[in-house]
Amino acid sequence: MHPAFSVIFFTVTSGAGYGLIAITAIYSAFDFSQPMTGAQTLMLSAVALVLITSGLISSTFHLANPKNAWRAFSRVRTSWLAREGLLAILFYPIVMLYVYLVWRGVDASSSTAMTTLALITGVWAIVTVFSTGMIYASLKTIRQWNNALTPVNYISLGLMLGGLLFSWLLSLSGNVSANLTMVASYMVVIAATIKIVYFFWIGTPAGPTINTATSFTARTVRLLDVGHTAGTFLTDEFGYQVARDRLVALRWIAIILGFVLPSLIIWFGLGEGDNTLMLGAAVISAFAGVAVERWLFFAEARHVVNLYHGAQQC
Amino acid sequence: MKLGLVVDLDTCVGCNACAVACKQWNTSGTTGPLTDLEPYGKDPTGVWFNRIRNYELGDYPDNKTVHFPMSCMHCEDAACVTVCPTGASYKREEDGIVLVDQDKCMGCNLCAWACPYGARELDPEEGVMKKCTLCVDRIYDEALPEDERQPACVMTCPAHARFFGDFDDPNSEVSRLSRERGGEHLMPELGYKPVNTYLPPRNKPNIPTYKNETNPIEKVKDWVNRLVAR
Ligand code: SF4
Ligand code: SF4
Ligand code: SF4
Repeated sequence: MHPAFSVIFFTVTSGAGYGLIAITAIYSAFDFSQPMTGAQTLMLSAVALVLITSGLISSTFHLANPKNAWRAFSRVRTSWLAREGLLAILFYPIVMLYVYLVWRGVDASSSTAMTTLALITGVWAIVTVFSTGMIYASLKTIRQWNNALTPVNYISLGLMLGGLLFSWLLSLSGNVSANLTMVASYMVVIAATIKIVYFFWIGTPAGPTINTATSFTARTVRLLDVGHTAGTFLTDEFGYQVARDRLVALRWIAIILGFVLPSLIIWFGLGEGDNTLMLGAAVISAFAGVAVERWLFFAEARHVVNLYHGAQQC
Repeated sequence: MKLGLVVDLDTCVGCNACAVACKQWNTSGTTGPLTDLEPYGKDPTGVWFNRIRNYELGDYPDNKTVHFPMSCMHCEDAACVTVCPTGASYKREEDGIVLVDQDKCMGCNLCAWACPYGARELDPEEGVMKKCTLCVDRIYDEALPEDERQPACVMTCPAHARFFGDFDDPNSEVSRLSRERGGEHLMPELGYKPVNTYLPPRNKPNIPTYKNETNPIEKVKDWVNRLVAR
């Protein structure tokens, strides 16, 4: 699949934003030994909303006819894209109410109603990321996406980026406990595990073949001529292919930048005093790694229509 | 009704007449134009509802060339419709034709991603999705003589390799052909239940070819035969 920049930017940025708000809201709902101040909660929520909103805006850039984007909520009954759009839009009034109450000085762990609102905000954010993943996972035409790991990956990577951002932003405003950064590093480990399982999962071709695609299942089938001299919509959109060894190299880059470096920084790089710089480096490295991961998510996906353009198996 | 096409892979000669007739009819039809980019340039490209590819089956000398036209299969379980967020893509209750409402489409491409058969193409100029309409603006047009109420591709095919009809009616020509000739569906394992049906090429004996004999006695016989013939 052709990796479109706007979609990569959208899924990485808004995924991180939803992860950050989910962690912030859920953390604020419980009475931990190291509570956040109202100002910190506001600052974290503001950063999350900027990330989410810029991601959502960029997602409309890949529409060929954005003037009809308002119709995108019509088919909630069957379409994951419609569901995602609706969840993303309905999230705003909920998170705004939460932010407003925090701003008014209500402590999220103080009353049952406020705790409930904070939890709803957090869970809603995670469900929105889940529905982003389901847009891809629901496509039977792309074996690499059509599995349960796809939405799980989206959620775990969003929470991982959110967790790292959470630690870094708290350290910027003065206090982040070693326990919290440790929890962030566990999220990195979990996300890494799921992604690596995914890489193995999609390893062996197992999808439809040129034989089932043409109904000639008893003989070898070779494409002689695609019937067009230049590219078509289909070859532009689905024909994207990268050399195998480059894909493997990029997988390593994604794993090292996205998972290895951030965890090493947290485990061995942090000292007693101000860790802002080190955590900032972990955040930047993780974002770069996840951007490469997202690029690979598209570049490695082989749509079955390629069977009509010469591929033997997808 | 379950309207769709039968394509006879035995008789199709790969002349591309159906693709051209389709383009000609539909570019001025309800979903037209079928925009072309750089039609006279170096890399001409554009929207087609019907594309023909050529395949080689088997290995020489048991091989065969097959011409393979593909347009929308008007699937019974059309994921292109269920994934569409705007409701622009829809499947008609009455006859099963899958269409795109050009006024509602936002050009997100998701339906094209969901289609296994490459039947949907985005019009780069208008920014909306386009696809085979099963010539819905011909088959119901009462201004046309009755025998012309057929898709443009079916009407034009010089090899008579395309048939149009109702698969729900067991006595229709398409049902009969598909039954008698063992009609096949493409990628049935994905579960889209495509309606369009492909008739496999008939098995004909190979054209005899000269075989290099390895058996020494046969080799001598062969040599004598050729000597005598000379
Ligand atoms: S062939 Fe493709 S576009 Fe046509 S109904 Fe089936 S899935 Fe939809
Ligand atoms: S491109 Fe148009 S028809 Fe296709 S899914 Fe998007 S809105 Fe629906
Ligand atoms: S039925 Fe009509 S629109 Fe569909 S391929 Fe044939 S000519 Fe084109």
